Amino acid sequence: MAKITWKTEDGKEIIADVKDGLNLMEAALANDVPDVDGDCGGCLSCATCHVFVEEAWFEKTGEIDDIEDTMLEMTDIERRDNSRLSCQLIASPELDGLVLHVPNP
Amino acid sequence: MQKPIVIVGAGQAAASFVSRHKALAKKGIGNNEPLILIGEEPVPPYHRPPLSKTYMSSDLKRDRLFIRPAAWYSEQGITTHYNTRVDWIDPQLKQLKTSNGKTIDYVKLVLCTGSSPLSLPASMGGNLSGVFTLRNIVDVEAMAPEFVSGRNLLIIGGGYIGLETAAFARQFGLEVTVIEMAERILQRVAAPQTSDFFRTLHQQHDVDVHESTQLLRLTQKNGKVNGAELANGKKLEADLVLVSIGGRPNTKLADQAGLDCENGIAVNQICQTSNPDIFSAGDCASFIRNGQRTRLESVQNAADQGHIVARVIAGEAVSYDPFPWFWSDQYDCKLQIAGLNTGYTKTVIRPGSKPGGQSVWYYSEEKLLAVDTMNDAMAYALGRKIITTGLHPSPNQIANPAIDLKTLLKK
Repeated sequence: MAKITWKTEDGKEIIADVKDGLNLMEAALANDVPDVDGDCGGCLSCATCHVFVEEAWFEKTGEIDDIEDTMLEMTDIERRDNSRLSCQLIASPELDGLVLHVPNP
Repeated sequence: MQKPIVIVGAGQAAASFVSRHKALAKKGIGNNEPLILIGEEPVPPYHRPPLSKTYMSSDLKRDRLFIRPAAWYSEQGITTHYNTRVDWIDPQLKQLKTSNGKTIDYVKLVLCTGSSPLSLPASMGGNLSGVFTLRNIVDVEAMAPEFVSGRNLLIIGGGYIGLETAAFARQFGLEVTVIEMAERILQRVAAPQTSDFFRTLHQQHDVDVHESTQLLRLTQKNGKVNGAELANGKKLEADLVLVSIGGRPNTKLADQAGLDCENGIAVNQICQTSNPDIFSAGDCASFIRNGQRTRLESVQNAADQGHIVARVIAGEAVSYDPFPWFWSDQYDCKLQIAGLNTGYTKTVIRPGSKPGGQSVWYYSEEKLLAVDTMNDAMAYALGRKIITTGLHPSPNQIANPAIDLKTLLKK
């Protein structure tokens, strides 16, 4: 289980306990986080589940592989150093407390 | 009381519409009209692509496919009527009638009625037991018990759904034959090089692929299919048959309501039909792209049009200018397509960055239109970036594996 916080640009916070193994795009849709779409269902084809990871947490989210790295080049809101595709972030005890910022397209 | 927006059809486009409508309303954009979602299927909107890919091997757990959990809709105050068909629209009264006898008023109507698989006529054996089409959860669940190792599966039509099912069936140990009427599999959607790649892939997995081959009729014993007769005189044995010969847009309601239809429900650049209070999104909608009526059966199109309709109704000045993308999974091969190859005049092949990978790049003269990438996600991502940026690298540059695609972006 991981407690995940999504912060939107208009200052809203959504906090949810996410079961281990679930990806954070699915978790965002289940918890009604706005502006995370996940159109391709998490197969790295669409880049519509883009989030910014709170700086202190960025390293804990692990390596970005080549494919995600390239897909991050085609997000609606331009990528930053702390950008990730949330379908590639899998809930686990290590991510308990993770804070994600949702860009507003 | 404020009249609702009614969404007819509960697939990907509908899910995108309601999600975007609610997200906008929470930001104070639009009129926050109530939403009523009506779908013929028994379930809330779900991801359809896995149906011909992984759904059967995931023990048929329906809720794993749902785009949002079933409870989300009521939590959002969205009224849902599943297992319900809309039988009649009265555009003057702005009213519709459902199969369970309800009359519902609407302020705006969004038609997300999708497309239906074509079936074989009864005279060719289309209504025999053991003959399936594949579009819905229910279709797959009906077919799944027949997927028994050693049985003969005959697939009619070598498009994406047919080929994905072939790959899947081989993993279950079925003997698979694919017959395709056209000269080559994937002919309608891809270049010969892409067809060649997938023909080889399926042959390597012992699928019997017959191209330029026409079905005469299915044969039967006691009402159950047991084989097929082909136009070339050959006979095939089959324990079950998948008919995957394409789809047609569901325009019956739109026709009845007097909306313009032209290979689908005709919409303008803001996904509005010929009636200003009625919109359409997804497989059923025919829009204008590069001056031509175009209809796309893809997740990208359904999702993006759903979003656009929500934004238009909320008063935003947006229009639908799609960048199409698509994917298919067969065995361990991932095909990803960026762009739309309509009107291509030549293709060029680029070897993959890893063994087993390859990409096919489509040009209209010197203009790059689209790319099919097989096991080469980097080429997909970079190709997509190159095309959306409006760059047109020369075919020679693309074909040269010594040139890193990334360098083509820096101009």
